[in-house]
Amino acid sequence: MAEISSMHIECIIDKDDFNAAGEASSKVKKSLNMLGIPPKTIKRIAVAMYEAEINAFIHGGGGKAVADIYPDRVEVLISDEGKGIADLDLAMQEGYSTAPEEVRMLGFGAGMGLPNIKRNSDELDIDSAPGKGTRVKMKFKLS
Amino acid sequence: MKLSEAAAALPVKVLTGDCVRDPEISTVYTCDLLSRVMSMSEKDCIWITVLTHLNVVAVAQLADIACIVIPEDIPVPESTIEKAKEEQISIFSTSLPTYELCWRLHDLMSGTEA
Ligand SMILES: Nc1ncnc2c1ncn2[C@@H]1O[C@H](COP(=O)(O)OP(=O)(O)OP(=O)(O)O)[C@@H](O)[C@H]1O
Ligand SMILES: [Mg+2]
Repeated sequence: MAEISSMHIECIIDKDDFNAAGEASSKVKKSLNMLGIPPKTIKRIAVAMYEAEINAFIHGGGGKAVADIYPDRVEVLISDEGKGIADLDLAMQEGYSTAPEEVRMLGFGAGMGLPNIKRNSDELDIDSAPGKGTRVKMKFKLS
Repeated sequence: MKLSEAAAALPVKVLTGDCVRDPEISTVYTCDLLSRVMSMSEKDCIWITVLTHLNVVAVAQLADIACIVIPEDIPVPESTIEKAKEEQISIFSTSLPTYELCWRLHDLMSGTEA
């Protein structure tokens, strides 16, 4: 039998609603707060998840955020059906960004999102290809 | 120094009403690149930025930032203020430019204020 998570959170990342982008990470943060998880651990999870959500919004044309909180870990999947990443090694480099001018005006485009995700997660698996969308899978230990 | 004490000692307008959450300020951080802010800022800091859209509040909330300060009298949308109140994050507005604000905050927090 599959393990049942203590809490399941799912949000649509609507490509037309910039204000709602990041909703899922905010919900996860609040849930973890209530569970009494240490603030440093919560911040790691919230930041990594937010970066992936925003990427799905800005670069992926919207998608979906799913998070499962287990007693010992949090698992997150952020997916989109957007243009995908052609060169993942390049995209992972700090400072690399293809963010368009209009989102740079909003404070995005430092090219630090993926490096932030890498640093803050315990396991990271990015599955992406041009025309195939992007799936960012993250795992965080709760200890 | 408490956030409310800093608010009282500086030429700022508190847009979010009384400081709902009034922690001891850890430090001051200034940057307008959101990913950088999330990776570098410290818990309970004051964050100075010229950005005023709703996601600025989301970033502050995720990064445990205590207060956002908007310099140079840049107008702040009502929706941003409302969201900040909901998330118990203070927003201050000031006519000072960032440099001068940092200078004053430094004096204030290191106790060299005349
Ligand atoms: N979901 C995605 N779909 C398509 N491309 C992506 C996606 N996520 C990241 N990328 C590509 O990888 C690059 C680097 O992403 P990263 O998050 O590190 O920086 P950024 O989003 O450009 O800026 P920042 O995150 O600092 O605001 C992006 O500019 C984009 O080209
Ligand atoms: Mg990004």
